[in-house]
Amino acid sequence: MGNTSSMLTQYDIEEVQQHCKHAFTQQEIVSLYQRFCQLDRNNCGFIPSDEFLSIPEFAVNPLSQSLLRMLDGFNFKEFIAFLSAFSPRSTLQHKIEFIFKVYDTDCNGKVSFDDMLTVLRDLTGQYMSEHQRKEVLAQVLEEAGYTKDSFLVLSDFMKILGNSDLKMEAEVPVD
Amino acid sequence: MNSSGVLKSSSSELDLDRPNIEDYLPSGAAIQQEPRGKLRLHDLLDISPTLSEAAGAIVDDSFTRCFKSNPPEPWNWNIYLFPLWCFGVLLRYLIVFPTRVLVLTIGWIIFLSSFIPVHFLLKGHDRLRRSIERSLVEMICSFFVASWTGVVRYHGPRPSRRPKQVFVANHTSMIDFIVLEQMTAFAVIMQKHPGWVGLLQSTILESVGCIWFNRSEAKDREIVARKLREHVQGADNNPLLIFPEGTCVNNHYTVMFKKGAFELGCTVCPVAIKYNKIFVDAFWNSRKQSFTKHLLQLMTSWAVVCDVWYLEPQSLKPGETPIEFAERVRDIISTRAGLKKVPWDGYLKYSRPSPKHRERKQQNFAESVLRRLEEK
Repeated sequence: MGNTSSMLTQYDIEEVQQHCKHAFTQQEIVSLYQRFCQLDRNNCGFIPSDEFLSIPEFAVNPLSQSLLRMLDGFNFKEFIAFLSAFSPRSTLQHKIEFIFKVYDTDCNGKVSFDDMLTVLRDLTGQYMSEHQRKEVLAQVLEEAGYTKDSFLVLSDFMKILGNSDLKMEAEVPVD
Repeated sequence: MNSSGVLKSSSSELDLDRPNIEDYLPSGAAIQQEPRGKLRLHDLLDISPTLSEAAGAIVDDSFTRCFKSNPPEPWNWNIYLFPLWCFGVLLRYLIVFPTRVLVLTIGWIIFLSSFIPVHFLLKGHDRLRRSIERSLVEMICSFFVASWTGVVRYHGPRPSRRPKQVFVANHTSMIDFIVLEQMTAFAVIMQKHPGWVGLLQSTILESVGCIWFNRSEAKDREIVARKLREHVQGADNNPLLIFPEGTCVNNHYTVMFKKGAFELGCTVCPVAIKYNKIFVDAFWNSRKQSFTKHLLQLMTSWAVVCDVWYLEPQSLKPGETPIEFAERVRDIISTRAGLKKVPWDGYLKYSRPSPKHRERKQQNFAESVLRRLEEK
C-alpha cells in the first residue's frame, strides 16, 4: 500500500519533533506518518477535508464541522502540529489555545457571544431551542462576571479553564 | 445486548437498525460519568471530551482498519536473500504462471464443451440438466482453485441440500465464492458487476441460481428480500449462500451483518473462512484493484491457503430479533476464524453515517445542560 516508515529518515523525524515541540515520541511520529499516508489516498502529501469525513467515527462527532474548518489541506507537519494538542506531553496552555481556536471562527483573537452560541448549537442540535441556548449562555456568562457583549480573549479562557483538570488526549497506537 | 430497540428502524436503505454503537467504541468515548453540580461557564466552554473523541478518530479508527490491506514487511533486502527472491520471482512468473494459465484454459475448454451442449440439448430434462450443470460448475471452480495452487482445508460436515436453510459466510474477496463453490454448488446473491465477470454471472451462474442486487437502489431491498424468500422455499433450488457483510473486508475484522439473511424464517448455517497471509493476502481491496488484477496477483503468488469451517446451524431463538440473531451468528463466525468485530456497517465505505449517532450525543449533552441549570 505504499509508504512505510522507511520513507521517513531520522532527520525528518527530528525536524517534525522540533516543529511540534516534542509533543510526540519518535515512535508516535512514525505511527502518525503511517496514518497520514493511509488517509492521503492520492499520495499527494496533503489531505483535503473530505477525507476526514470518510471516517465514520469522525463524521458522527458533533464538532466535526468546526474542526473541518481548521483542517483543510494539511501536509504532514501541519497534521502533527494539529494533533500535538492531544498529546499527554503537551501543556495545559497549548490545549486551551487549541480550544480557543475552535471557538474563534474568524481568527481575530476574540470570541464573541455568537461564536460560543455556534459551538453550543453544534453540541446540542435540535434538543435545545435557540432561545434556551441564548438564555443558558447569557446566564452562565453573567455568573462568571461577563456580559452578553463581552469578547473573551485567550487569557479569559486560561482563567476559566485553567484550574480545572482538563483532559484532552488521544492515544496514538504504536505497534 | 438489550438495546436493539433504542434506534428506530426505517425503510431507507442506509438507515439500518443496529445495536448500540456505544457498547463497542473504546471506553474513552463514553468518558464522563454525568457531571454534577450547578452549570458554570467553564462547563459550557470545556469541549475537550468531544474534541478528544474527534482526534481519536483521526488518529485511528476501527472502520478504516477493516479495509486496510497489510502488505508483508519486505524481507529480501540483503545480499543473499535478494537473489533468492529474484529467483523466486522468475520461477513464479515464467514457469508457474504460464502453467497455471494452461491449466485454467484446459479447464475452461472442458467446461464449455460440456456445459453448452448440456444446456441446450437437455432442455426438456430439467432435473438431469441441472444436476450435470451443478457438477460442471463445481469442476470449473476446482480448476480455478488449482490455478492459484489453492490449499483449502474444509472442516465440519459438508452442506446438505435441504429446503429452508441459508448459508452465511464472512467476505474477503470474490474468491470466497469460488472456494466454497468447488465443494458444493451454491446459489448466490451478488452485486452485478461490469465486464467479463458480469458476463459469467449472467450465463453460468444463472444455471446454479443467482439473485442480483444493486447497492445504490433504495427500493431494491424489498425486491431482493422477496426473491430470497422465494428461493429458500423452492425444494429444487440450490442452497443459498449469502455474505451478510455486504462488502469485502480484510480478513482481520468483521463488519456488521445485514439482517436480510436472518429474517427469512430458515435455519442459518454459518461458514467461517480464514486465509493464511503468509502465502498471499487474499483481501480484494475493490477501491484499489480491479478483479482481473486481483486474480492475476493470486495467480502469480505461490499459493492461496485457507481454512473453511462449516459451523453448527442456528435458528432464531424465541424472543430474539433478527438483528440479535445476526450478531450472534457474526460472533460465532468471528470467534471461529479469529476475527475482531467492529460496529460499523460495511456500506459506510460508500456513504456517510446516519445522523442518528450524532443526534444521540447532542441529546445527551443538551439534557445534561438543562438538568444542571435547574440545580441551585
